[in-house]
Amino acid sequence: MNILVCLKQTFDTEEKITLENGRINEEGVEFVINPYDEYAVEEAIKLKEQFGGEVTVITIGPERAEQALRTAMAMGADKGVIVDIEDLGDNVDEHTIAQVLAATIKEEDLAFDIILCGYMAIDDGSAQVGPRLAELLEIPHISTITKLTIDGNKVTVDKDVEGDVEVIESTLPILVTAQQGLNEPRYPSLPGIMKAKKKPLTRLELDDLDLDEEEIVAKTETIEVFLPPKKQAGKILQGELVDQAKELVHLLRNEAKVI
Amino acid sequence: MEFTLPKEIETLKRIVRDFVKNEVEPVAMEIEEKNEIPQRVIDLAKELGLFGISIPEEYGGLGLSMVGKCAIYEEIGKTHNGFTSLIGAHTGIGTVGIVQLGTEEQKKRYLPKMASGQWIGAFALTEPSAGSNAAAIKTTAVRKGDRYIINGSKHYITNARDAHVFTVMAVTDPAKGPKGITSFIVERDFPGFIVGKTEKKMGLHGSHSCELFFEDLEVPVENVLGKEGEGYFNALKILTEGRAGLAARNLGSCQYLLDRSIQYAMERVQFGKPIIEQQAVLHMLADMALDIEALRSMTYRVAWMVDQGIKVIKEAAMVKLFGSEVYNRVADKAVQIHGGLGYSAEYPIERFYRDARITKIYEGTSEIQRNIIGTQLIKEYKKKG
Ligand SMILES: Cc1cc2nc3c(=O)[nH]c(=O)nc-3n(C[C@H](O)[C@H](O)[C@H](O)COP(=O)(O)OP(=O)(O)OC[C@H]3O[C@@H](n4cnc5c(N)ncnc54)[C@H](O)[C@@H]3O)c2cc1C
Repeated sequence: MNILVCLKQTFDTEEKITLENGRINEEGVEFVINPYDEYAVEEAIKLKEQFGGEVTVITIGPERAEQALRTAMAMGADKGVIVDIEDLGDNVDEHTIAQVLAATIKEEDLAFDIILCGYMAIDDGSAQVGPRLAELLEIPHISTITKLTIDGNKVTVDKDVEGDVEVIESTLPILVTAQQGLNEPRYPSLPGIMKAKKKPLTRLELDDLDLDEEEIVAKTETIEVFLPPKKQAGKILQGELVDQAKELVHLLRNEAKVI
Repeated sequence: MEFTLPKEIETLKRIVRDFVKNEVEPVAMEIEEKNEIPQRVIDLAKELGLFGISIPEEYGGLGLSMVGKCAIYEEIGKTHNGFTSLIGAHTGIGTVGIVQLGTEEQKKRYLPKMASGQWIGAFALTEPSAGSNAAAIKTTAVRKGDRYIINGSKHYITNARDAHVFTVMAVTDPAKGPKGITSFIVERDFPGFIVGKTEKKMGLHGSHSCELFFEDLEVPVENVLGKEGEGYFNALKILTEGRAGLAARNLGSCQYLLDRSIQYAMERVQFGKPIIEQQAVLHMLADMALDIEALRSMTYRVAWMVDQGIKVIKEAAMVKLFGSEVYNRVADKAVQIHGGLGYSAEYPIERFYRDARITKIYEGTSEIQRNIIGTQLIKEYKKKG
């Protein structure tokens, strides 16, 4: 089975986000594989263990993102592709990423029976790249899966729908995106990391891909980046219950402006 | 001059950090109370490959440089020292002798199983009447045909309760003093090998040090480690190279204590403001950080020297001594900053304070390290003429 995993290197979930000149400050920050993508990697390795084949991990990112690929290889992925699109600067959105991924799969002649992605990246949280990529490749996709079974050509998944489960059947080739609960990602073993160092890694830049820069630049524009307002201490109302209720409605209407 | 770790070492370090944080730290209080490391944690550490960091890749380990090992030791120092000690003694004094002095057959027999953690390693030098004066050991080994018959006893042997492979020093020629000592690889199930009681200790719970008794213990001649008569020097070599590793473990514990202390000092309010705003407290933190920074530089420099093949007798003694003293100073300040909470057994700080204490004693006391440094100074002075 040929398995592709698209992954992103993101801030460690425990990092504090700070802004500098209207941009997110990356200095001294620890990066990890986006946690949802980690489920995708784990599932890919499980599929390989079950059916044999090869797992290729693909990422778009700067030099440092190699670390994420090496970690995935230490978990058991066989090879990696990293695409550097820093030339585009900030002109990047989900549309761009999906286009570049599709072009990379074509350029590198990566055969696939299944493509796994995380359902969203914890940094910008758009949850678009997987479905967009499936569209470009003209294959079916199912997002937020929590269980995956493959039998011959038949694919059966449990899909998380806001806490409920939908069971969906489809066929290979397919793209699925991983939701929490799909599996428990293994620790990459230390010997695995030493071996990962020697696994093949292809580096690509935009020029290597058959793409028109005009067409792939972002279709959205970021106008401002700001941190959410600090949580205020709660207000405790006092007095007669009837007065409290009146006061509460008044506050909800005039201060919080939610009703 | 280069002060950065190789990329793959950074990755290893990060994985071990996550493992320690997610799997060991949450059970640290349990280890302390039960005096036992949960089997699950040990099994996970085996899966991770932690038991193989000092063993070459061809025998199933990681074959890490001393710098690489120190990077990992630093991370495992950031949790319960009983766990740290299990891994530290196994990957240090418990295996390094076989890695460095073993024959091909010995390496093939022992290292793969030690790399996977199936066989735990221990190092048995100290005896009731020979501690600092290790050359005075009384355990004897007498050759009979194709075996040695060993008689005597050892005590305080770390990991002995669970270990399978022991590097044992015994006297083969009493007339020759230190040059009459030989090292052996002894397996737990060799006839005549008896593990005695487990020592009750002030700290380092979950790490089990025991007495050993050898009653006509039979060891095949092919289990001599290195050459006959070189056992004492082998032991010193194994201990010397391990010293940067012990310092790195202490470094991790110190960093843990500093981080906890800063956090606490920012949160704890007395006299209407966080105690960190008291200069007396802030200065304690500054002194801790200063000590830690010096220890970090020294540790990685000595490790680097070991990797370059530079002789490090004096430097190894210095880093062992400094690492232990810094750990004790830092732990003392951490308790002080935490006040009553620092003394409470329901909080981890006092545990580190107790666990720090052993580092000034085992693997050569602070006094012995000073003796070594002094002797080397005199030697160097005389050499210069
Ligand atoms: C928890 C624990 C784990 C241990 N693990 C191991 C192990 O795995 N393997 C192993 O072989 N041993 C192990 N040991 C033994 C340890 O290395 C010895 O305890 C240590 O070397 C000191 O020896 P001693 O206890 O006999 O003290 P002593 O040698 O009797 O020393 C007592 C005091 O006298 C001082 N002193 C002695 N001689 C001199 C001198 N010449 N100059 C100045 N001061 C001197 C010492 O510094 C010390 O302060 C362990 C000990 C403990 C407590």
